[in-house]
Amino acid sequence: MVVMAGDRASSLPGVRATRAGARGMRLLTGAQAAAEAMRQIDPDVVPIYPITPQTPIIETFAAMQAAGRVSGELVNVESEHSAMSAALGAALAGGRAMTATASQGLAYMVEVIYIAAALRAPVVMAVGNRALSAPINIHGDHSDAMLARDAGAISLFAENAQEAYDLMLCAPRLAEHPDVMLPVMVGQDGFTITHSAEPVSLLPDETARRFVGPYRVPTPLLDTARPTTQGTFAMPDAYFEFRLEIEAAQRRALGAWRQIAAQYRALSGRRLGALEAYRLGGAERVLIAMGSVAGTAKDVVDALRARGEPVGLVKVRSFRPFPGRRLAALLGQGRRVGVLDRALSPGGSAPLLAEIAAATGGRVALDSFVGGLGGRDITPDHIAGAFARLGRPHRVGRGATYLGLQREVRV
Amino acid sequence: MSASLPRPPRLKELARHEEAQPRFLGGHSLCAGCGIPTVVRTVLNAIEGPVVVVNATGCLEVATSRYPTTAWNVPWLHAAFENAAATMSGIEAADRVLRRRSPDRARAPRTTFVVFGGDGGTYDIGLQSLSGALERGHRLLYVCYDNEAYMNTGIQRSSATPFGASTTTTPAGAQALGKIQQRKDLTAIVAAHHIPYVAQASISHVQDLARKARTASAVEGPSFLNVLSACPLGWGTPGRDAIASARMAVESRYWPLFEIVGGRYRLSHVPAHPVPVAQWLGMQTRFAHLADRPDLVREIQAAVDRDWQTLVDRVRADAEAAEGSAPAV
Repeated sequence: MVVMAGDRASSLPGVRATRAGARGMRLLTGAQAAAEAMRQIDPDVVPIYPITPQTPIIETFAAMQAAGRVSGELVNVESEHSAMSAALGAALAGGRAMTATASQGLAYMVEVIYIAAALRAPVVMAVGNRALSAPINIHGDHSDAMLARDAGAISLFAENAQEAYDLMLCAPRLAEHPDVMLPVMVGQDGFTITHSAEPVSLLPDETARRFVGPYRVPTPLLDTARPTTQGTFAMPDAYFEFRLEIEAAQRRALGAWRQIAAQYRALSGRRLGALEAYRLGGAERVLIAMGSVAGTAKDVVDALRARGEPVGLVKVRSFRPFPGRRLAALLGQGRRVGVLDRALSPGGSAPLLAEIAAATGGRVALDSFVGGLGGRDITPDHIAGAFARLGRPHRVGRGATYLGLQREVRV
Repeated sequence: MSASLPRPPRLKELARHEEAQPRFLGGHSLCAGCGIPTVVRTVLNAIEGPVVVVNATGCLEVATSRYPTTAWNVPWLHAAFENAAATMSGIEAADRVLRRRSPDRARAPRTTFVVFGGDGGTYDIGLQSLSGALERGHRLLYVCYDNEAYMNTGIQRSSATPFGASTTTTPAGAQALGKIQQRKDLTAIVAAHHIPYVAQASISHVQDLARKARTASAVEGPSFLNVLSACPLGWGTPGRDAIASARMAVESRYWPLFEIVGGRYRLSHVPAHPVPVAQWLGMQTRFAHLADRPDLVREIQAAVDRDWQTLVDRVRADAEAAEGSAPAV
């Protein structure tokens, strides 16, 4: 659960007490937490370009650079397209590259994300997830990440500032894992996480650095003694397999992630699995969500459980690769399952719903909920309402339920 | 003028370099008569020390990297159409930081970072990326092989296409004169970034091109070569006339050869007997429809004369500022 900076926790319904004073924790926004991970990683090249709500990540990192706390090359590029391009070049040259983006900037990068995935450039991108235009809107939803869904990059979602830090620190390990070698996007919801201060526990710098380790690519472009041709032209006889290699790497990434998450847990005590099951034991009604809303949903689950209602939550941390088999196993059969998306796929199924439908293959009754577009609040009441809906008879073919609409839109 | 210029590398030296360590190999599928291989071989052979190449999407990329073959014997990367300069920015930045951070890399010889892009990838879709890289001051040599249209996709007009040229998107016809806009002066736009070295060159003057490439590769910071490269298919010339058509562009003063060193303009070739631009136009079927429009040809000649005079005035002013005397042009 996150607390907007400046708000008093007690004024928000359902907010659990935070542990701001706990030993070893620092009060950081998600953006600052991501920047702290970047500081500990100290990448070789960080091409940056401002866009709300990601900007505090690069500002914080630039200040760290100015203070001499990191020593890589900060490249202030003229667009996100160039940011991703420079990151791609640096990563293939032999330098660890990270960047940050959001919304329109991520949209602008998408062309190069596809290329980076295929050229197996392990670029790590911090994403402050934000709505896409139009209308222009600077607030949080998952539309931007979904636009990049099929690029081949790994796509992770943090629930809070702590996870934004944890995932950023683990991201290079996953990106650069020899079985993987793909770009990684670490999403944190715009404003709800990027601009909200929470107590965050950091690993000691040296521990973090040892955990991340050195950067290696098999054929760096700077190795002029062993020239390689990268980014070739492929005809129909060759293209298909190159794209399929990305699919194979994504599948392997689930295994790599288990390894890395286990190592990270040993260091930090925190679990970072591709999925998080919350009070699933005995749960007849289950909600599935990604990002900050999972925090709100946990509170609602606790409140409903206290009243004896058999509800639970599954939080999806890794959207790409999607842990479909594991999810299907977690859900089993016969449960009522609601899927809460923060993005639309107009004319089709919302993206998370589509994944879960494919993974469960009709073994669970699914209801679609869509909310939080353009930063619209998803309140505990909305989530309690979703659980109530799951308690009523399921109707196949019912469209999505839209949470918190301010005016009627006939769909 | 030419006496004050650094001596060009001898052709024999370039040939020896190519023989000892070829950087660009045969077997590619560029057209007969295409000027691009001349640009690439001349530039790469003129550069001393290792190179890394980034290639924008276009004829050169498509024709030299068809999987599983390659014509490149140097590290080579193609990412996309519009981002070659930005991509090289990242490579160059990685080189800089790794030289600080890795003792092995620190000992590696100085590497030249060469970008090749066509006029579409440079004048048009890649202009922002190029401008950003120049403004940031990356040590890279950007070489535009300018054949004055999108040739790879089938001869569509670009902002480098000259006035009057018929292309597949500006076809000449009963009601159309071909492209009706003037070409963009990219060399001047690049010069406005105040980078250490900018030059125009042509495939018809390979020693001049080699000298410029060597000079450009030695500067600290960005450098830029705008190289006129004939496209027999797009220009409508026989392949055997490619070099001659580029030479005629220079000798007619349509494509002056000059360089801008530290902001100072100087001519690197003064046509002793400038030919009318009509002779250059007349070699190419893309201008064939202008045969019965002498008024337009006069307009083109007037524009060439005006641009030449502007260039000469600038060269003279810079020379006067530098030496207090006018050069003999």
